[in-house]
Amino acid sequence: MSGIEPLKVQQPALYEGRRGVYPKAVDGFFRRMKWVIMAVTLAIYYITPWIRWDRGQYAPDQAVLVDLANRRFYMFQIEIWPHEFYYVVGLLIMAGIGLFLVTSAVGRAWCGYACPQTVWTDLFQHVERFIDGDRNAQIRLEKASWGVEKISKRLTKWAAWLFIAFWTGGAWIMYFADAPTLVREFWSGEAATVAYATVGILTATTFIFGGFMREQVCIYMCPWPRIQTAMMDEKSLLVTYKDWRGEQRGSLKQAQANPQAFGDCIDCNQCVAVCPTGIDIREGPQIGCITCALCIDACDKVMAQIGKPRGLIDYCTLDDAVAVKSGRQANPPLKTLFRPRTIVYFGIWASIGLAMLFTLGQRTRLDLSVQPDRNPVYVRLSDGAIRNNFTLKIRNMETRPRIVDVTINGLSGAVMWTADGKREFAKQSVNFAVAPDAVHKVRLFIAAPPEGEERTEFRITTRARSGDERGDSDTVIFERPETEE
Amino acid sequence: MSDKKRIDQPTGTETVGHEWDGIEELDTPMPRWWVISFWACIVWGIGYLILYPAIPMANSATRGVLNWTSRGELDAEMKAETLRRAPITSALASIPVEQLAGNERLYQAAVEGGRAAFKVHCVQCHGSGAAGSKGYPNLNDDDWLWGGDLNAIHVTLTHGIRQPDHDETRFSQMPAFAGVLSTGEIDAVTSYVRSLSGLEKASANTAAGATIFGNNCASCHGADGKGMREFGAPNLTDGIWLYGGDKATLTATVNQARYGVMPRWNNRLDPVTIKMLAAYVHSLGGGEEAPAPVTAPVAVSGTSPAKVATNVGN
Repeated sequence: MSGIEPLKVQQPALYEGRRGVYPKAVDGFFRRMKWVIMAVTLAIYYITPWIRWDRGQYAPDQAVLVDLANRRFYMFQIEIWPHEFYYVVGLLIMAGIGLFLVTSAVGRAWCGYACPQTVWTDLFQHVERFIDGDRNAQIRLEKASWGVEKISKRLTKWAAWLFIAFWTGGAWIMYFADAPTLVREFWSGEAATVAYATVGILTATTFIFGGFMREQVCIYMCPWPRIQTAMMDEKSLLVTYKDWRGEQRGSLKQAQANPQAFGDCIDCNQCVAVCPTGIDIREGPQIGCITCALCIDACDKVMAQIGKPRGLIDYCTLDDAVAVKSGRQANPPLKTLFRPRTIVYFGIWASIGLAMLFTLGQRTRLDLSVQPDRNPVYVRLSDGAIRNNFTLKIRNMETRPRIVDVTINGLSGAVMWTADGKREFAKQSVNFAVAPDAVHKVRLFIAAPPEGEERTEFRITTRARSGDERGDSDTVIFERPETEE
Repeated sequence: MSDKKRIDQPTGTETVGHEWDGIEELDTPMPRWWVISFWACIVWGIGYLILYPAIPMANSATRGVLNWTSRGELDAEMKAETLRRAPITSALASIPVEQLAGNERLYQAAVEGGRAAFKVHCVQCHGSGAAGSKGYPNLNDDDWLWGGDLNAIHVTLTHGIRQPDHDETRFSQMPAFAGVLSTGEIDAVTSYVRSLSGLEKASANTAAGATIFGNNCASCHGADGKGMREFGAPNLTDGIWLYGGDKATLTATVNQARYGVMPRWNNRLDPVTIKMLAAYVHSLGGGEEAPAPVTAPVAVSGTSPAKVATNVGN
């Protein structure tokens, strides 16, 4: 036993401190694509609440509005009521399946291009470069002692970040109230406390996530990279360092001296320098890689300078990597894209979308729900007739006032009247003026002769006078006392 | 114990200096965040101890400088709620009950308030759906013993029915006819009463009953049997029976008489609650409109017991 050597391996620490990441500026195809996507996504986020949409005098004129106070969700010409929340659920499911589809087809494209964490971090890094300078200047400044220059630059940078963060938080609340009104109320101190709290929280999270935590959010906080890792397969696009082409890596000087012994990688470290998450892609696929493809741009530029073909680092599937390594042809991109997995995802995604579009076209804008009184279930009137009481809720989901007729079918000899009417004037139908975009709740008394079954099914139907509308009806039970004989 | 503290090589941490059979304990410091939370909790605890009731004493706990109590909080919340309702309650207090039906908003507020009060004070007899039971009227129907307009309901609620200690209470007394009428006469009159609402066919017996009814019952129940609300005498021609319309029950009613009681609420509830209860009962489906000239409540309830008794005695 004495022959066993004591374990000398240094145990890794349970907590790894953050290593500074100072991504270098880069230009290229993917960088430009990221610029465009950043501009579009930020524009959508900041501008959407300010788009106006005329819905007439009875509804707000904001194109996209989540009106929590009045429980309405407006999206251009679509208005969602709380009971139609399944449309929102459908959208969320579509967003989920859409992410599955994107992930299995092109890998972590969401992470690399469209995720708010990526977009805002990217924006913050541009601001950082504008104030502190590029990578090397940033490193120098980080190491410098806290002199006038460092303090003033830090304060300027943080102020700029805070400004962006504040506008980010500020834009968020605009989705939940009339934007121009809310801006005025916000600055005059009249807005609701929750508005200030929301802006405060989102300002803080944007400032911290975009300015300081950055890739830590992706690597440690976000569950999505881990889920995606499980969803990707050998046919998903990955940012790949083509080691079969790059290795043995060596400096340009060594490679020129001995071309046979070295691959294309000149170990210039540009791919590491530009990486916003601070990883070395040459170590292979890893969770820190958000597939932003900036290393592709950096490497392509170097390859061009040393006169080698582009694409030493490129989008590539694992299958293709294996194929090319063993001298076979890579699959054509379309074949990689259209495979059972992506087709099934697309099928599910599209059928949910089509089903929602279909139901959106079919939905009625007049809705009736009837609640019979349970206690008492019937009332015997002095002339022997039996009365049942119902509470009707008529939803007028159009943004205009409408006259609505309520009729009963299938209950012989029945008449009805409302709480403010009288039985002497009871008829076979009643009508109500229903306010625009509102629920009209009304008590309805229905009296019928005592002769008949103990429980008679009949229908209460509602229809708008305007004539161009489908109505709605409910089947309910008319209860009579048990016959004593 | 001798100081055997040393640096543990693999971890770089100091040991505490104990050693048992070669097993040593590392003196790993608590994580910084943990220590900070720990001290923050202690500071918070001290603050809580000073501000709020915390230390149990013999009878109570320490008061805390904020003087907070859960009862005090409830009290404040109730006061705030009363204050919130003040506009409605003061409007209800000032509006005459017969005008309540004309004020839609106030009427609805009263109905909702009444619904809550009914669940506390009235359901014991009238049932949670106000459908009543044998001897306790159903308040949902259109049959009223003492009147079904807002004002009449309000008077009934305020002064009660047959309350011995109260002058303004609604009062009448049906005599017990056992001994006054013979068994055969009672059989005839019950048959006649049942025939009024079609429960029995006309016969010689009902014809005899009609005469007996005219002599003994019509003074209160009316010559046509439709009842008189001044005396709370029920309409005998309709399909609604307070105790039951079968022969046996009617015979018992005529023999022993019936006189249900209802508490007066003016000594238990505030006027606003009584108004709300009146509105709620009125809203249940049988509420009537006030008769054209609104008579003073006294005129309705002022009928003296003596007068009723005299009428019956004839």
